[in-house]
Amino acid sequence: MADNIKCGLCGNEATVHLTQIVNNKIHKVDLCEACAQKKGVTDPEGFSLADLLAKTNVSFEPKEKQIVCPQCGHSTADFRRTGRLGCSACFEVFEPLLLPVLEDMHPDTYHKGKVPAVALRRQSSESEIRMLKESLQRAVQEEAYEEAARIRDMIHEMEAAVNDVEVSSK
Amino acid sequence: MIESLIKSERAELTQSSKKAVPVVLSTRVRLARNLSGWVFPERANSSQRRDVLSNCETQLGTLPVMKRGSFFNLDSLSELEKQVLVERHLISRELSEGESGAGVYINKDQTCSVMINEEDHLRIQFLKSGFHLKSVWKQMDAFDSALDQAMDVAYSPRFGYLTACPTNLGTGMRASVMMHLPGLVIAEQMERVIRAVSQLGITVRGLFGEGSDATGHVFQISNQQTLGESEGDILDRLGNVLKTVIDHEINARYKCLEDNRAKLFDQIGRAYGILRNVHILSSNEAMNLLSLVRLAVDFGMLPDDNRADVDRLFIECQPGHVQYAAKEGIAPEARDLARADKMREEFNNLPPLDFDKVKDLG
Repeated sequence: MADNIKCGLCGNEATVHLTQIVNNKIHKVDLCEACAQKKGVTDPEGFSLADLLAKTNVSFEPKEKQIVCPQCGHSTADFRRTGRLGCSACFEVFEPLLLPVLEDMHPDTYHKGKVPAVALRRQSSESEIRMLKESLQRAVQEEAYEEAARIRDMIHEMEAAVNDVEVSSK
Repeated sequence: MIESLIKSERAELTQSSKKAVPVVLSTRVRLARNLSGWVFPERANSSQRRDVLSNCETQLGTLPVMKRGSFFNLDSLSELEKQVLVERHLISRELSEGESGAGVYINKDQTCSVMINEEDHLRIQFLKSGFHLKSVWKQMDAFDSALDQAMDVAYSPRFGYLTACPTNLGTGMRASVMMHLPGLVIAEQMERVIRAVSQLGITVRGLFGEGSDATGHVFQISNQQTLGESEGDILDRLGNVLKTVIDHEINARYKCLEDNRAKLFDQIGRAYGILRNVHILSSNEAMNLLSLVRLAVDFGMLPDDNRADVDRLFIECQPGHVQYAAKEGIAPEARDLARADKMREEFNNLPPLDFDKVKDLG
């Protein structure tokens, strides 16, 4: 005798087996007669498996390993409780927990929209300037004055370019 | 403190006489943005919130859109003033009930408001009467690019603009259109519409964005997803869905006219009669009656110009606005009297309904 498939909600024998494609993703669920009725599965037009899964997905793992974001102190429990993140660094810290949530929520997990071009350029040139300043110091310490003068000119040029961006934006 | 906003003769939502159109009340686009290197508002302590607030106030003040705009620290507003701003959709209920250290910057004609320290550091909103997804997004895009030059926003190449809630991640954009759908409600088709569009990643909610209470037959329809699609694609998809909803609404109205002409005219006529003669009026009843008057304008029973009056009254009949206009704290029952007085006064200035002007479809 084949093993009975259990209802995903209550554990009784499942008699309703559903597959639904939402946003090109396949969702499958097995339900017993009673739970299927309760969740409105019998009304094919109004039933969204994605909604059901989203609502029942409220993590049942009580002993989940706790991670804490070193920048803001947000913990795995905080993330589970609020569904939110505490700071920019949280996105890396909680990425493994976040990805399945994003997959259910959005058509894709990769950003395809606008890019803050100016801020990114400014941030990268600022970090470049920082690095150049460090090598300038090193060159001065090593008394490599020609090299130092060359680096100093590069820094001036880059700083002027950054200022230009800010001036032209006003 | 907010006196000048209320008295303004250039406020988009209440003074838009030329732009009011059938079915679509207004279009809004909002972006969620956070400052790079700062903890998100809910996780931040009060001194971090204060720093973000004053930093944002200064930076926003330098942007051309905010020229002659006004900044309000929520801590310095009364409960009533906050409620009025909520009713005008200039701030969210969440901001009005939130912790100390929040603020809002509103531009001169009230088409743009930026909430500071709501769920995210910045919640930028642009708003326009009528159906204008593309042009509102254009204004928003330009503002956001100017902001990008003024301050570093939290962004990752993988996830896009970083937001406190994963539901806003990516573009951080929520575009929503406020729709007046009496035809679909009367035809009992709203449930079906809500279910159909939700399969397409589009959400339908009642007027104030909480629950699906559809007082005044007004619904807010918006995109649910923000990650994995560009802003343009999201707006196109939403726009197509909205055009279909508009078509269904118009069809439902004419079907209703065809099948139940006398009943429809009776409902509209009674609504108009009540608003001319009422002495006690709750805000719910007011909105439901105003909805029928807006429908009367759309059918041609009243001049097109009066549509904007109805839209203004939709906002001015809200509890906060009635109380604010009364200058002093008044009890809910007295509010219902004041609201009725206002409606009688306004409606006695309108021309009578002209039922012969109603044209059938085609």
